[in-house]
Amino acid sequence: MATPTPVAMTAAAGARRFALGFVVLAGVLALVPFAGIYPVFVMKALCFALFACAFNLLLGYGGLLSFGHAMFLGTAGYVCAHAAKAWGWPPEAAIAVGTLSAMLLGAAVGVIAIRRQGIYFAMITLAIAQMFYFFYLQTPFTHGEDGIQAVPRGRLFGLVDLTSTTAMYYTVLVIFLAGFAAIYRIVHSPFGAALNAIRENEPRAISLGYDADRYKLMAFVLSATFAGLAGATKAIVFELASLTDVHWTMSGEVVLMVLVGGMGTIFGPVVGAFVIVGIESYLSAGLTLGSVVIGPEWVTVITGVIFVACVLAFRRGIVGEWLAWRQRRRPGTPPDT
Amino acid sequence: MPHDTILETRGLTKEFKGFVAVNDVNLSVRRGSIHALIGPNGAGKTTCFNLLTHFLKPTRGQIFFDGAEITGTPPARIARRGLVRSFQISAVFPHLTALHNVRIALQRKRGHSFDFWRSEGVLAEFDGRARELLADVGLASFADTPAGELAYGRKRALEIATTLALEPTMLLLDEPMAGMTHADVERIAALIKRVAADRTVLMVEHNLSVVAELSDAITVLARGSVLAEGDYATVSRHPAVVEAYLGAGHA
Ligand SMILES: Nc1ncnc2c1ncn2[C@@H]1O[C@H](COP(=O)(O)OP(=O)(O)O)[C@@H](O)[C@H]1O
Ligand SMILES: [Mg+2]
Repeated sequence: MATPTPVAMTAAAGARRFALGFVVLAGVLALVPFAGIYPVFVMKALCFALFACAFNLLLGYGGLLSFGHAMFLGTAGYVCAHAAKAWGWPPEAAIAVGTLSAMLLGAAVGVIAIRRQGIYFAMITLAIAQMFYFFYLQTPFTHGEDGIQAVPRGRLFGLVDLTSTTAMYYTVLVIFLAGFAAIYRIVHSPFGAALNAIRENEPRAISLGYDADRYKLMAFVLSATFAGLAGATKAIVFELASLTDVHWTMSGEVVLMVLVGGMGTIFGPVVGAFVIVGIESYLSAGLTLGSVVIGPEWVTVITGVIFVACVLAFRRGIVGEWLAWRQRRRPGTPPDT
Repeated sequence: MPHDTILETRGLTKEFKGFVAVNDVNLSVRRGSIHALIGPNGAGKTTCFNLLTHFLKPTRGQIFFDGAEITGTPPARIARRGLVRSFQISAVFPHLTALHNVRIALQRKRGHSFDFWRSEGVLAEFDGRARELLADVGLASFADTPAGELAYGRKRALEIATTLALEPTMLLLDEPMAGMTHADVERIAALIKRVAADRTVLMVEHNLSVVAELSDAITVLARGSVLAEGDYATVSRHPAVVEAYLGAGHA
């Protein structure tokens, strides 16, 4: 190689690019209630988008594939729902305690799992998550198959009545945007820089004096915390905490969202979550193509086919491919925010 | 251990499933010296480095560094105590620019960077020093190139710059000049000489003219055991060395 190819983006330029994308995203989402789009669908997608962003923090930036992240989503949902319903806590406190429970669980699971590498890490997280699934199936406070139903949405800070769909929508939007911005900041912090180096070349990072395991544990706890925030918010929105959110298929679904949208990109998981939740909502009532009727039982199959197609055709995910395409077109453009 | 000895091993041994890769090695490196570890391929040199930095657990033996035993100390902590290694297989952060590679090492000065709430913009304070270090190894014009795109010799140079960024008390360099052009070898040799003015260097090197020029002391390893020790003149006359090492076609 004779001449250097400059690709470095200053931190400031990257932050500007993110800020622009963030403002556009926030603006579009803020208009949803006026656009005739079903807000409940968007709220669901936003909860999953936050969940996917949290997962991406661990997979895309920490290089750790957890196959049990539903335990954080679901645990926070149960704790939040229980606090709101059984203890009569206001929604902000219920969401906070749900998130906190996911954080503590993340610390405990992280300590056990973080020393394993690769497939063993995925296996141990899956095994622990299954343990929690069976625990929640048996323990009385979760109401087994029924779940915790009729969770009161309550009044936010005693002021805003969340039974109004519009009020609930903007609350969810604010939580999502705050979580999303926080994850961006984590990725682009001194901690994020060290975590990135550890993912790129762990032995080298260790030889430079970084305690790789402690950084990975921190990433794991942060990821679990934001997954918990998503799960707790979801419980308030749907007035329900159920076994679906702790089931292993939910852990698989978040992998799917992140891979479809683009692992290791900031906006990818959001796109992935909207695509997957969109497909599932669209197909949930079944689909009629001329004389062919595709029943809702085919949703999983169709999602699976999309997943396989994505993996084969766009290995970098939607956002990842788009960024790569832009970089090819304009050499010198940075690879990603 | 004597005051002017910075690194010492006693009976250092590593067995891999019965195969003895490092056998009862007693190494003693004088503070401030450039010490070369040489020997044919498979002699156990890299394994020695892995033991010294605890990337591998010794089967037997003890390691002392800078007045304290470090036999069981975790690798990251050994690095923070000032004993920093490079790798035989070039070790860079491939998707980071050369500048950011060096900055990762400089960032260690902040202590544990668990501050995830701060912008990475604060790391810009290290850019000046990182550029100096890159210039020292001849990479000034490659600051913004992703490390993975650098030619092999430049990756090695970047690795040295990254290692030096930690201002280690002692450097372990595993074949730092392998794959470098003649001009690069001379630059890196001069650099090693310069940095060794106030620190200790232990290096594995096959280029014997570099070893002759740079090193104050040489340890020859063969099949895991120390074959000979001393300065270049002594070692190169040692009959066992001539047979086992030079005779094997290494020059
Ligand atoms: N992790 C390992 N497991 C088994 N054998 C190993 C391992 N690492 C090194 N060896 C063996 O130990 C011997 C010494 O290797 P090494 O230290 O890399 O030699 P050198 O660096 O002197 O060329 C070689 O025979 C090598 O195959
Ligand atoms: Mg070697």
